[in-house]
Order: sequence, then C-alpha cells, then structure tokens
Amino acid sequence: MTSTYVATLELAAGAVLLSAVMTLWRRSVSSIVAMLRLQGVALCAVAVDLALHENDRALLVTGALVLVVKGVVVPTVLRRVAKWDPRSRESRPLVNVPASLVFAAGLIVLSYVVGTRITSLSPDDATRLAPLGLATVLVGYFMLVTRRRAVSKIVGLIVVDNGIALVTFLLTSGVPLIVELGSSLDVMLVVVVLQFLMASVRHHSRIDALTELRELRD
Amino acid sequence: MTGWVYAGSATLIQVVTVGLGGPLLVGLMAKVKARAEGRVGAPVVQPLRDLRKLATKERLHARHASPVLALAPVVIVASTTVAVAISPLVSTRPLLGSSADILAVVYLLLTGSAAAALGGLDVGTAFGGMGASRAMTIGALAEPALLVAVIALSLPSHSSNLPRIMASTLAHPDWVLGPSRLLALAALVIVVIAETGRIPVDNPSTHLELTMVHEAMTLEYAGSELALVTWGESMRVGLLFSLVANLFVPWGISTHATVLSVVVAVASLAAKTMLVALGVALIEVRSAKLRLFRLPELLAGGFVLSVLAVVTGLVTR
Repeated sequence: MTSTYVATLELAAGAVLLSAVMTLWRRSVSSIVAMLRLQGVALCAVAVDLALHENDRALLVTGALVLVVKGVVVPTVLRRVAKWDPRSRESRPLVNVPASLVFAAGLIVLSYVVGTRITSLSPDDATRLAPLGLATVLVGYFMLVTRRRAVSKIVGLIVVDNGIALVTFLLTSGVPLIVELGSSLDVMLVVVVLQFLMASVRHHSRIDALTELRELRD
Repeated sequence: MTGWVYAGSATLIQVVTVGLGGPLLVGLMAKVKARAEGRVGAPVVQPLRDLRKLATKERLHARHASPVLALAPVVIVASTTVAVAISPLVSTRPLLGSSADILAVVYLLLTGSAAAALGGLDVGTAFGGMGASRAMTIGALAEPALLVAVIALSLPSHSSNLPRIMASTLAHPDWVLGPSRLLALAALVIVVIAETGRIPVDNPSTHLELTMVHEAMTLEYAGSELALVTWGESMRVGLLFSLVANLFVPWGISTHATVLSVVVAVASLAAKTMLVALGVALIEVRSAKLRLFRLPELLAGGFVLSVLAVVTGLVTR
C-alpha cells in the first residue's frame, strides 16, 4: 500500500516536471497546450494521492478543483486562442530551443542542489520530491522570459503556478482549501483576461509577438 | 568448470544470435515499414541474402586508397562483436562479464563509429567526407545524452557494470516503473535512433546526396568489405535494441546454467527486440526526417530527459 502511494507520487511529480520541460521542447502552440493539460492532470494526481494517503477530504476537493481549472478550463481556453491561428508556432524564441533545453537542465540540477538542503530538514516520502516542484517553477520562469508569443508567455505563467502548487502539496500536504480556491480562481481569471487582451490586440494590430508591439492603440 | 562452460557457451550463443538476429531485425523493420505504407516489401531475410551475395563479390579499392579503407570494416565488426560477447544479452554471466562496464560497451561501439568515419574519409571523395562529418556531429551530440542516461541507470544499483544492473533490476521489479527509469528509457530511445541512423535522424534507405549520413560513408566499399560494414551496422542495431530491451525489461534472461533457461532467454530476447524494432519502425513511418539543423533540438531534448532521469533518481532514492 505504502509503496504504491510512493510510486504513484513519484511518477506524478516526475510527470509535472517532464511536461514543463516538454513545453520548452515543442514548438507548435497546440502541443504546448496539450503538455499543459498533462501537467494539470499530473498535479491533480499528486493531490489525490496525498489526500488518499492522509485521509484528507479537503485535499481531495482541492485535487478536483485543480483538475477542473488546470486540467480542463485553462487548456481549453488556451486551445481556443491557439485555434485563431492553427499554424501558430513559437518560431523565434529569444533563446533557441537546444540552448534553452540545456539551460533547463542546468536549472533542474540547480534546484536539486538547493532543494535537497531544504528538504533534508524533514525528509519523508513527499517532501523529498519538492526539488522537482522547484525545478518546475524555474523552468516556467525561463519560459516566461525567453518566449516571444503571448500564448507561450501565458503557458510559462501557468507552469510557474503549477510548480508552486506542487511544492505546496509536497511540503505541507496542501494549503487550506480557501487559499487554493483563491489562487486557482486567480489563475483562471488571469487567463481569461489575457485571452480577451490578446483578442483585442490581435483585432487592432494583427500581431501577437509582444516584442513587435510598438504602441497601444485604442 | 561448469561455470566456464556455461559462460563460454552463453557468449557464443550471444554472438551467433546477434550476428544473425541483427540483419533479421533490419529486415523486419523494412517489412513493417513497407506494410504500413501499403507495399508488400522484401522478405524479412532479405538483409541476410544480401550479405551472402555481397560476400562472394570482388573487393574493389579506389586508386588512392590507404590501408585504412581495408582496415575499417574489420575494426567495425570486431569492436561490435566484442561488445556483443561481453554484454549480458542472453545470460547475466557471459565470459568477461565483469568487464562489461556500460562505459566500456559505449566506447567499443564508438570505436566502430570512428572506424566507419575514417573509412568514409579515406578515399577523399566529397560524399565520404560529408557523411563522416555529419555522423561525427550527430555522435558528439548524442553522447552526452547517452552518458547521463547511463548514470541514471547505474544510480540505483550503485554499479555501472551491465550484468550487475540487470541482476539488481531482476531483484527489484518495482524500479522499472519508477520515473527515473522511464525518463532514462525515453532518452535512450532517442540516442539509439540517432546511433542506428533511423528516420528522424537519418534515412537508411536513401541515397539522396543532401540527406544521407551513414550511406555516404559506405559508398566507397564494394563486395565482401561492403558486406562487413553492413553486417557490423546491423549487429550494432541488434546490440543496441537488446541492451535497451534488457536494461528495462530484463525478465527472461538466463541466470542459471541450464539448457532450458538459455533457450527461454534466446526466445525472450528475440521477442523483446522484435517489439523494440516494431516500435522504431512505427516511429519511422509516423515521422519525417528532421532537417540536419533541427537535430540538435532533438538530441538536446534527449540530454535534458536524461538529466531529469538522474535528478529524479537522486530525489526519489
């Protein structure tokens, strides 16, 4: 029983970090969004696994919330954004893909080196995995600063948020439900607002690579 | 005494199995590809027939060829045969199994690649040089991914000795589905596709000058030397596929000195490598060859996957 719990937890936490790296690897926006969906589902699996192990009903509700918001709603909204331009690709990121993958490898090693110092304070099956969440946060920030397209930047933001959520789940077995509710709705709101923003930017100036934006017209 | 007999016969069986099975795997992949594309395709044994035909043909050397051209095919086959003989493919206790360090096997294979590149360069034709330079570039990009993936595999068993890794995996079946193993598997699949020159990296069935990598290096060979180069290449395919299969699903490999266990081991090795070949052939059918300048992306992906494998392996230990 315990070993199944540990194995599932390891697999799910690994999948969260893996999908973060895959968003850096893939170029087409639709497969980046698919990776984001995978990440939401894996995050939900982490929460549910912890909840079942600790018999925590509130955490189970949190897991369901995570699944709905990060596994279904946010990717679906982003998918619609991607559909406006079906051939949309992250064509010219500020740091090219091989270099950013190597950089991501460096970030992962860094978060392992730093993270294990923190987790060695109270090592147990869940907290040992916290460096994976830290690495997800760093990879998300990296995506946020090096990608040009608006959709990729939103994806980077959500990856950061998912990473923070993973760290909280692993270190504290979940924050109180009301806090998680607040932050999840916050992210959803941000995505919806950004969607409208992008729609109006596209409508007015027909570009969505933010660095090409010279002025804001009304 | 029986230990020596067992180890010796296991080694012999391994060399024969991979020597015959490698070309058959290449034939199988060609057949699967043909069927998936709606063609009938050549029979699975076609590569073996080709080898037999080539072996009886005359050797021809270019006028300016140096001894390297004649030496390279021998080095390719010899280094691959040594790697096959010491790796645990049929038995976990082959002769010299204690020296089957995973790094030693990797560098034996690399000796073969270097010999192939030197053979391609020797006559000084444009294609040979181009192919050799491309093959070395791909090899240099694939190697970091391979080495880091190897570290990930050797972490849990505290040893980089191949038979010991397999023995400890047999003892701990729960390792196989761990995230570290799965990530290392993904990285190794990318590396194996690059090292065997299959489609997203190189197209083995083209002679188009703009794209060919491995074929460009063998253009100057004819007759029995071409047979040696081709045979070495397909043994390499056999060895890499069996290593991937055995490192991740070692069950079926012979650990005791009985005839039955060896028979079971050969049968299970054949089944496992056929599954790997089927998977690689399906990847080939589904994907287009990548541009040469996009290859670093794929192989950097393999590298980051293997780094992930090491870090998750360290975290979850």
